[in-house]
Amino acid sequence: MSVEIAEDRMAELTGDPDSGQLLEISMGPHHPSTHGVFRMNVTLEGERVVRLKPVFGYLHRNHEKIAENASYLAAIPYTDRLDYLCSMTNNWGYALAVEKLVGIAVPERAEYIRVIVAELTRLQNHASLIGFLLQDMGASGTPLMYAFREREKILDLFESLTGSRMMCNYMRFGGVRVDTTPEWLEEVQALVSRFPQFLDEFEKLLTENEILMSRTQGVGILPRELAINAGVTGPMLRASGVNYDIRKVDGYGIYDRFTFRVPLGEHGDVYDRYMMRALEMHESLKILEQALREITAGPVIDPKTRLRGLRPKAGEAYGRIESPKGELGFYLISNGTTEPYRYRVRPPSLINLTVLEDMCLGRSVADIVVILGSIDIVLGEVDR
Amino acid sequence: MTAQTISAEQVKAAIEAAVPGCRVEILQNGSPSAQHSLVLDHKHATEIARFLRDDVELRLDYCSNVTGVDWLDTEVSEKVKTKKLVDGVETEVEEVKKTTVPGRLEAVYHLFSMEKKHGPVIVLLRTGNRTDDVRVPSLTPVWRSAEFQEREVFDLYGIVFEGHPDLRRILMWDEFADHPMRKDYVPPADDDEPLHAATGERER
Repeated sequence: MSVEIAEDRMAELTGDPDSGQLLEISMGPHHPSTHGVFRMNVTLEGERVVRLKPVFGYLHRNHEKIAENASYLAAIPYTDRLDYLCSMTNNWGYALAVEKLVGIAVPERAEYIRVIVAELTRLQNHASLIGFLLQDMGASGTPLMYAFREREKILDLFESLTGSRMMCNYMRFGGVRVDTTPEWLEEVQALVSRFPQFLDEFEKLLTENEILMSRTQGVGILPRELAINAGVTGPMLRASGVNYDIRKVDGYGIYDRFTFRVPLGEHGDVYDRYMMRALEMHESLKILEQALREITAGPVIDPKTRLRGLRPKAGEAYGRIESPKGELGFYLISNGTTEPYRYRVRPPSLINLTVLEDMCLGRSVADIVVILGSIDIVLGEVDR
Repeated sequence: MTAQTISAEQVKAAIEAAVPGCRVEILQNGSPSAQHSLVLDHKHATEIARFLRDDVELRLDYCSNVTGVDWLDTEVSEKVKTKKLVDGVETEVEEVKKTTVPGRLEAVYHLFSMEKKHGPVIVLLRTGNRTDDVRVPSLTPVWRSAEFQEREVFDLYGIVFEGHPDLRRILMWDEFADHPMRKDYVPPADDDEPLHAATGERER
């Protein structure tokens, strides 16, 4: 059902409010399938969705205002808490924006370490997302626990490198906080060598699973033109067949040195979105292999880089990266003081939700859960 | 391979050739990022946006980021030399003249092209002031991605987007009156907060 047809149908049905044909339900904010505190006002005609309006703000803490009242350095730990599954990439997006604003160069070794931790983040994010998606479909436990077993190994690596499993606070503008040890890199190498085994097992369990296919194929189709116009980014955009990966387009950091492919979907349905995550994990492993092979010795941050009391001259900059969820952008305006005059986060999770209603119209309530699960949202980032 | 950038001058020239009678002004950016912005006039904003999206050369089909910026009223003081009669003799006296530059709100749009893989082109719309003239045209009809983001700017900054299909608060609750991202926003007193023992006032 298209938006126009659904609107006509709504007008037709609401003409007689006592007809008793429409049912309004509120899904969330505390619902296991909403991945946090997120609510949808859904209007149903029988089992079919004729209207769906998301309601935000339950986790709103005005992150942007907090950062505008803190120094440039003090904002980094707050960025950890945006998308709390992927603190490393959040750090990187912010560091990149400040580097653009001030014009700081990053040492080569730090660039390699950034790529390694970012791709590890992508692995654990995509594995968990597939686990959650299957959990939403009713595959209680098994796929999610398989994914979490692997995620735990990556979080252990983060903990030994940064001191924290999830709130890593690791990157700084101009580099990273601490250097890795040779043993740590060996452990990453061991994990990268073992990971394909897990992926094979995972995909054998899922990719050709009949129940998964019947629940996801042809469900929640997002047409290519709408995806572009609605600013959808990340695996969800590529599932609709648009070749746009900021790692390729901008080549930020040192991504232009690595050989990897950008998987593209054909149908833009939930199944394609699942496949994008599975295939992107394979590509991340390729990048990790290359980065671990080529990493050079050297400093990880220029000791002369001004971290405390950084005072960029007046101006503005927009920096963006390909986070596991899509384009994560930071927009900074400096007025020459130690605090950013304007600090803005461009949250991929929120903007990908723009098309939620379009994908759900005409589907059943059970499909809403699956479609929402395939978008990959984290409410810390949606509500900020 | 890095994204190509297109200069603001180039885009300005293209807009002026395509949309007659429009006023486009380049706003220079002093930072090393050298991302300059284009200030659009309200009357032609939607037309210009459609041109930017559909033009075969530019094809800015992807509006990535929409946000607001609050510029407060600023007081500029300058020394002015005036001639005055002091004790019947005409002498030159220096006086400090204070003028208030009225503040404004800005809606900033970061545009990229997914087809041509270039960007960003930054366009911005300015309101007349911060109080009663806060309307700007909405660009949601051109780029759907602005839908939630313009709602957020309306919620947190108080810019009213004319032509937005569903302009409601998005992060704060509907009954909330103020706009928290404004620079002069004062949070309401917390009723649970203890009063200061000596003064009896709230500690803030």
